[in-house]
Amino acid sequence: MAEVKELVNELVDKYGRERKSLLPILQGIHLERNYLSKEAMLEVAKQLDLSAAEIYGTASFYSFLDTKADGKYKIRVCKSITCEMKGKSDIIKTLEDMLKIKVGETTEGKRFSLLETNCLGLCDQGPAMLINEEYYTKLTAAKVRKILGEYIRNKY
Amino acid sequence: MSNNKLRKVDVIFSPYSVAPYEILKNTMRRPKDEVVQELIDSGLRGRGGAGFPTGLKWKFAKQQQSDQKYVICNADEGEPGTFKDRKLLVEVPRKVISGMAICAWVIGATKGYIYLRREYRYLIQDIEKELDLYHKHAAEIGLDFKIEIFLGAGAYVCGEETALIESMEGKRGEPRNKPPYPIQSGYLGKPTVVNNVETFASATMVCRIGANEYKKFGTDDQHGSKLFSISGDSPKEGVHELELGMSLEDFANEFGDGDTKAVQVGGVAGFCIPRKKFKTTIIGEGNTTGGSTMIFNSTRSMYNVLHNYLDFFSEESCGQCTPCRIGTQQLLKGIEAVKSGKKPPEYLDQLVKLSETMRLTSKCGLGQSVTNSFSSIVKNFREEMIY
Ligand SMILES: Cc1cc2nc3c(=O)[nH]c(=O)nc-3n(C[C@H](O)[C@H](O)[C@H](O)COP(=O)(O)O)c2cc1C
Ligand code: SF4
Ligand code: FES
Repeated sequence: MAEVKELVNELVDKYGRERKSLLPILQGIHLERNYLSKEAMLEVAKQLDLSAAEIYGTASFYSFLDTKADGKYKIRVCKSITCEMKGKSDIIKTLEDMLKIKVGETTEGKRFSLLETNCLGLCDQGPAMLINEEYYTKLTAAKVRKILGEYIRNKY
Repeated sequence: MSNNKLRKVDVIFSPYSVAPYEILKNTMRRPKDEVVQELIDSGLRGRGGAGFPTGLKWKFAKQQQSDQKYVICNADEGEPGTFKDRKLLVEVPRKVISGMAICAWVIGATKGYIYLRREYRYLIQDIEKELDLYHKHAAEIGLDFKIEIFLGAGAYVCGEETALIESMEGKRGEPRNKPPYPIQSGYLGKPTVVNNVETFASATMVCRIGANEYKKFGTDDQHGSKLFSISGDSPKEGVHELELGMSLEDFANEFGDGDTKAVQVGGVAGFCIPRKKFKTTIIGEGNTTGGSTMIFNSTRSMYNVLHNYLDFFSEESCGQCTPCRIGTQQLLKGIEAVKSGKKPPEYLDQLVKLSETMRLTSKCGLGQSVTNSFSSIVKNFREEMIY
């Protein structure tokens, strides 16, 4: 896995070979690879002179750092209270029907993962969701069909 | 002074009549101790939830002897129902940055961070542009204080200041024991001021208008204006700047939909106040000042509301201490058992006791504050928990 090594090298050069650089390095890998592979974590461990367990233990603490490969597009639907009140379950149901998966699952071919998440800070515009870095608000079933339809058609 | 009346004000979001970096420059012409005293006199308290007096925090940090100190802006904003920090960073970032710079100048820090929650990553580019602009101004006025963004990775508990610091140090976001407080030993063991986004913006405005003007807002013991993130059953959802010290009744009349049954004040870590207590509840007194206010009308099941909160707590508990890790799960299972009839209604009293024990024995504010919403909902809406 020469490539992972290169990526880690680059990130270590950019952020520094110290423990305090760990999150930026892991985030950097994640942005490129969409998850933290075992190889990547081992390489980071080697470079920062930490144990692999420590890297894994840190990464697994955070909900935006995945340690297993999943969908290219991660759909995170807010399930906190006001989004729930405004109809979050309809949104989930629409997504599940369209993607033919349940919350927590990934579509075949690893294009989409469907997740529930806690408050996204968009509570005055709920129900809200994130798809990777894009946010969508005031969702309705119809709106979700349109948004997801576009992802399915255009963003392979 | 208002008599617990609701008054809308326009301090924090007011347009830049004096440019924030002009305020910074003017402030730096004054003696540092005078500026700190001004902040103390203004009565400004932290806007992140715990409500510690900001001027005092800066004063203590200033007194620390150290080769390096840090200023951290807490933009982790994970409390359900809060979104004012996002709006501040989008609409008046210079007031926030200027507040950080004033703090750095006062305490003698050369390095600062904005800890931005991962969910707000889409704001990064705009904030970075603002930081470039700030760094130019800082160079012009000879202020040696650099600011970087540190991106969180998704964990509510990282909003707790010591967990935030752990996370910046590349570790799991598990809160530390206090003391030592961050102003004594914070990031990398150095004295560190952690303040909320709104606190920094407010500090800038105190420097701009002075403590006396600032104190005109609010009541005798609740000074200043405050941003409220309003959501739920309200025709006026959004961020509103109001004077502290208003009664909840006025608040509900203004922002409710005419059918308000309860208001959650201070986010899920705060209290759920039923209609019959609106008159006697003053926002800011004894309840947290984070500014999350969620409005529930009579169609809402308070059992569902509590269930949602407990689900949140048990997921976001970092698991480091037993009372919180086990307690949150037990409370969740407990209310389910009462609702389904597997446990008698009296079991609720045991659960309230458990939540109170959690307040006494948990390590950080997360576990300690579960009892606020738990007890207030179970006591005020007991029937809804049972039937
Ligand atoms: C579980 C938990 C989460 C918190 N989340 C935040 C947060 O997102 N933003 C924030 O400013 N303060 C948060 N706080 C409060 C911080 O620990 C700290 O008191 C605050 O950042 C200090 O700044 P202030 O004095 O300006 O409010 C949280 C506290 C706890 C216990
Ligand atoms: S109270 Fe909860 S969140 Fe806080 S340290 Fe203990 S387990 Fe972690
Ligand atoms: S409750 Fe959904 S964004 Fe806050």
